[in-house]
Amino acid sequence: MFHFDVVTHWIDELLRTYLPAGWTLFIEFVLIGLVILTVYAVLALILIYVERKVCAFFQCRLGPMRVGPFGVLQSVADMIKILLKELIKIDRVDPRLFRLAAYLVIIASICTFGALPFDKGLHVVDFNIGVFYLLAVSSLGVVGILLAGWSSNNKYTVIGAMRSGAQLISYELSCGLSLMTIVMLSGSLQLSTIVEQQTVAWNIFRGGIPAIIAFIIYLIAGHAETNRGPFDLPEAESELTAGYHTEYSGIQFGFFYLAEYLNLFIIAAIATTLFLGGWMPLHIPGWESFNQVMDYIPPVLWFFAKTFFCVFLALWVRWTMPRLRIDQLLKLEWKILMPLSLLNIILMAVWIVWII
Amino acid sequence: MDPIINLIVFACLGVASLVLSVLAVSSKSLLRAATYLLLVLICTAGFYLFLNYHFLAAVQISVYAGGVVVLFIFAIFLTSNKGDVMQKHQAQKYILGALAALGGIAVTAFVLLKHRFVYSGNHPMEGDQEINMKVIGEALMGTEKYQYLLPFEVVSLLLLACIIGGILIARKR
Repeated sequence: MFHFDVVTHWIDELLRTYLPAGWTLFIEFVLIGLVILTVYAVLALILIYVERKVCAFFQCRLGPMRVGPFGVLQSVADMIKILLKELIKIDRVDPRLFRLAAYLVIIASICTFGALPFDKGLHVVDFNIGVFYLLAVSSLGVVGILLAGWSSNNKYTVIGAMRSGAQLISYELSCGLSLMTIVMLSGSLQLSTIVEQQTVAWNIFRGGIPAIIAFIIYLIAGHAETNRGPFDLPEAESELTAGYHTEYSGIQFGFFYLAEYLNLFIIAAIATTLFLGGWMPLHIPGWESFNQVMDYIPPVLWFFAKTFFCVFLALWVRWTMPRLRIDQLLKLEWKILMPLSLLNIILMAVWIVWII
Repeated sequence: MDPIINLIVFACLGVASLVLSVLAVSSKSLLRAATYLLLVLICTAGFYLFLNYHFLAAVQISVYAGGVVVLFIFAIFLTSNKGDVMQKHQAQKYILGALAALGGIAVTAFVLLKHRFVYSGNHPMEGDQEINMKVIGEALMGTEKYQYLLPFEVVSLLLLACIIGGILIARKR
């Protein structure tokens, strides 16, 4: 298997031979920051293109076709356009909070993105508390959304922000509980350990029924966390124009847009890491030659393939289901998903004690 | 890490949390005060990270920044009108506040100077030495000496009482 730690170790050794330790660290930090930001932006462009294409196919259209072959350069053109747009001054907003809100949303998203394990050695920080860190940092985005809604001085944005806040806070619960089921199974919060443990069988196969239930709950709750699909009440365009980011323009709107798409990716990536084996190839016990063929595919590709599979599931749901009402949304969480995931934790405990 | 880099990081965090906490109490808009409080709490999480208390840092962010401040903001949303400006306090209150702050500083300084730090003679900790999550989990859930199951359960009972109280108050309307 080709792991990316060869490359990262090579860079580290190279820097260490020519520079003192302090400077090496500094340069590595800067490099990592640049790489993370670039990957973040490029992934956003890819995701926007994928979403437009998939949406078009669901609606029997072709989607973007004009710019570049099959319209692949469309999102690049859109990026240039959004970078050049004017930042419109809104009358009587709270300017400091108005600007801070966009940054809070995107910082929360980047911090979560930075801790994802893309491959062995392609993992910025491998905290002992990995899963908990991801949950903690991603919860900061709620504050940004609430502040954006309030500081914009607009009724629609406030209603959108309130709905979004209620939705994010409630669905965070079943998100956390379903991740906890997997933490119980693997006995560790560290992302690299969780991935290493899935060499033989991915958690979704190893954990059996409770893991599958947890996976489905996580996909639903995570999807609701991204404010998309049937859960897009906060930005329901028929009632609220665009919800909490109605008043934003130019790159400030771009921040919200980027964070929304990357949150979709992050939710899919966390699902991949915890349930679908992260960067581990698909191994079936007993099928030796099959396993070896699977090992030849680089782990980074495995990671992105699985993540984009989860992204596709999210897009599928988004363009198929009609929007929920707010009472249905809260009922789904508090009366169905949360009790179910609590029961699921007990089921997982039973599974670990008696079946594994 | 280099001692100089350590010092720079510490100074940045310290200055940021000082300035933000002063802003949090002196700001005129209620929501701005809550936002500054959020930033102070994030700075505190930074201090914990700096001390290699990664678990505590994550708890700080998820409970205080993600939970309590969001609750504050919701409360402000539901109770105050846009454009509400906080009333000016009376001079007496300023004096009392200053006295309380001075008292706090005095107590902290007294403890800091009086206390003999056990590890002060030791070599400073190098690199990142995380406490294993397993140790924390067992300390939190164990019943032996230096393990905290009983306090944990007592606190959760308190929270349960709060939740029931909240539901009761909400039902009366």
